Amino acid sequence: MTTTMTKPSVSTPAPVPSRARRRKPLWASKIAVNTALVLATAYTVLPLTWLLVASTKSLGDLSGNAFTLTEFHFFENLGELASADGGVYLRWYVNSILYAVGGAGLGAFCSVACGYAFDKFSFRGKEKLFGVVLLGVLVPTTALALPLYLLASELGVVNTFWAVFVPVLVNPFGVYLARIFSAGYVPGEVLEAARVDGAGELTTFWSISLKTLMPGFVTIFLFQFTGIWNNFFLPLVMLSDRELYPLSLGLYSWHTVVTAEPEYYPLTITGALLAVVPVVIAFLSLQRHWKAGMTSGAVK
Amino acid sequence: MSAKKSQRGAATLLMAPFFALFLGTLVVPIGYAAYLSLFTERSSGLGFGGTETLFTGLGNYLHALADPAFRDGFGVIAGYVLGYIPVMVGGALLLALLLDSTLARAKRFFQLTLYLPHAVPGIIAAIIWLYLYTPGLSPVVAAMREGGLTWNFLSSDHALSSVINISLWEWVGYNVVIFYAALQAVPREVVEAASVDGAGELRTALSIKLPMIRAAVVMTVLFTVIGALQLFTEPMILNGANPAVNTTWTPNMYAYDAAFRRGDYGVAAAASILLAFVAALLSFVVTRIGNRKGAA
Repeated sequence: MTTTMTKPSVSTPAPVPSRARRRKPLWASKIAVNTALVLATAYTVLPLTWLLVASTKSLGDLSGNAFTLTEFHFFENLGELASADGGVYLRWYVNSILYAVGGAGLGAFCSVACGYAFDKFSFRGKEKLFGVVLLGVLVPTTALALPLYLLASELGVVNTFWAVFVPVLVNPFGVYLARIFSAGYVPGEVLEAARVDGAGELTTFWSISLKTLMPGFVTIFLFQFTGIWNNFFLPLVMLSDRELYPLSLGLYSWHTVVTAEPEYYPLTITGALLAVVPVVIAFLSLQRHWKAGMTSGAVK
Repeated sequence: MSAKKSQRGAATLLMAPFFALFLGTLVVPIGYAAYLSLFTERSSGLGFGGTETLFTGLGNYLHALADPAFRDGFGVIAGYVLGYIPVMVGGALLLALLLDSTLARAKRFFQLTLYLPHAVPGIIAAIIWLYLYTPGLSPVVAAMREGGLTWNFLSSDHALSSVINISLWEWVGYNVVIFYAALQAVPREVVEAASVDGAGELRTALSIKLPMIRAAVVMTVLFTVIGALQLFTEPMILNGANPAVNTTWTPNMYAYDAAFRRGDYGVAAAASILLAFVAALLSFVVTRIGNRKGAA
């Protein structure tokens, strides 16, 4: 403060040129900053644009003129997708929705309940138990897939819906996030007031805390939903019946035959595009909610 | 005192579902895999009498560690980490700082479009990029040819960079959002005080904002290293298209290969346990380094 005060007293017109000098580079940096952001955006968006354009092409038109729209073959591709291999694609789609919506809903609820309990209640050995949860975050999920397969085959549940559905429910990082959210969103005074009013702990959780924790729940749900929708290794090791495949594994099974049977190219491309749509919609529609959850969680 | 008891009861009930799942799908499978990793199966006699299970102690671990294919997998991961982490963390930090600066426009739009690839399933991202790498199918390769550039994405020399590019595309926006959220938490008064004192945008970013989000950066490095060790989906797609990417290219592919192509569950279990152990160990080291820097 003292240095800025002394400078103008030496020469009175000094502040004006200094401000003018700063304004010119400001324009240049503004352009540089936004150009860099536009370039990064082009990198992330162009491959998806290609997928969109490629899904409107027939096999013969796919090679070569990739970004030109010479023919519009999208609806024919859709028809072929719906009928290919006895309409199995639709089945994969339903499976993915069941795995991802059911798994993320149930899993996020377990994580929120557990994280809330970690935050709001005190009991002996609490921090040690939380340390165990954090240790669970460190265990790579794909390194877990084979052990899960070995256990499932011992129990005879390999190649069932539950073999893929149950393991994705557990989300130690969700518990970690839920504890932070609970500390940020649910004031201790509210709980005290509820206790004074004679409300049970579980009633308070169900009717007050869960509502306040909703943005946190949505955040955990969203991350887990994308995680399950994208899951590939676990279904790959668990499932051999293609009626149980999620989209990721189904598209992979088509992709592996593509060099031998090129007619699967348009099917894989159109199928991939449709598989991307729900995650993008879920993300865009829940975006505000998710964003709000994230920033208020970070402020605390 | 009944209040305390009811609190304990509530805590138990709220935690029970998570810990039941934690036990059943995390602790027990790892324990069972550790147990299986101590045994090996050998066909008895002429192969008529089925197989017999023999205790080998650490035999499967020694077998995996002695196998050049498994060790090469860790070499591949090391190269991948060395190439990937600087580009990813540096890129995400740069973009987040640019977004957080007062100079950036349309911040919401940029965040959205940068994050978008992360919503795309990894297997589909890998398929898209493989097609974009394939001459004859790819507009990228065609455009580069016209510009006089001959870069073969599918040659064995470029296997690592082609995989790194797919991972970068999937994860950079995700980390930008994480870093940007952390930057938003930097008290505005501190940033304003710096600019009143005459610090420019660049100076504020480097000496005020960056140190304040160090914890988020350390966490990201940690999760990226754990993720790198799990590398599986992208090379599985490139396998067959790129001659360098064989079926045991990464440790995870080796474990998968052991279980499903060679039918050797003992070695597969041992490789999985080793992988989980190395991942946990590495992340422990990274947190230690992070903490030390935080204390200094």
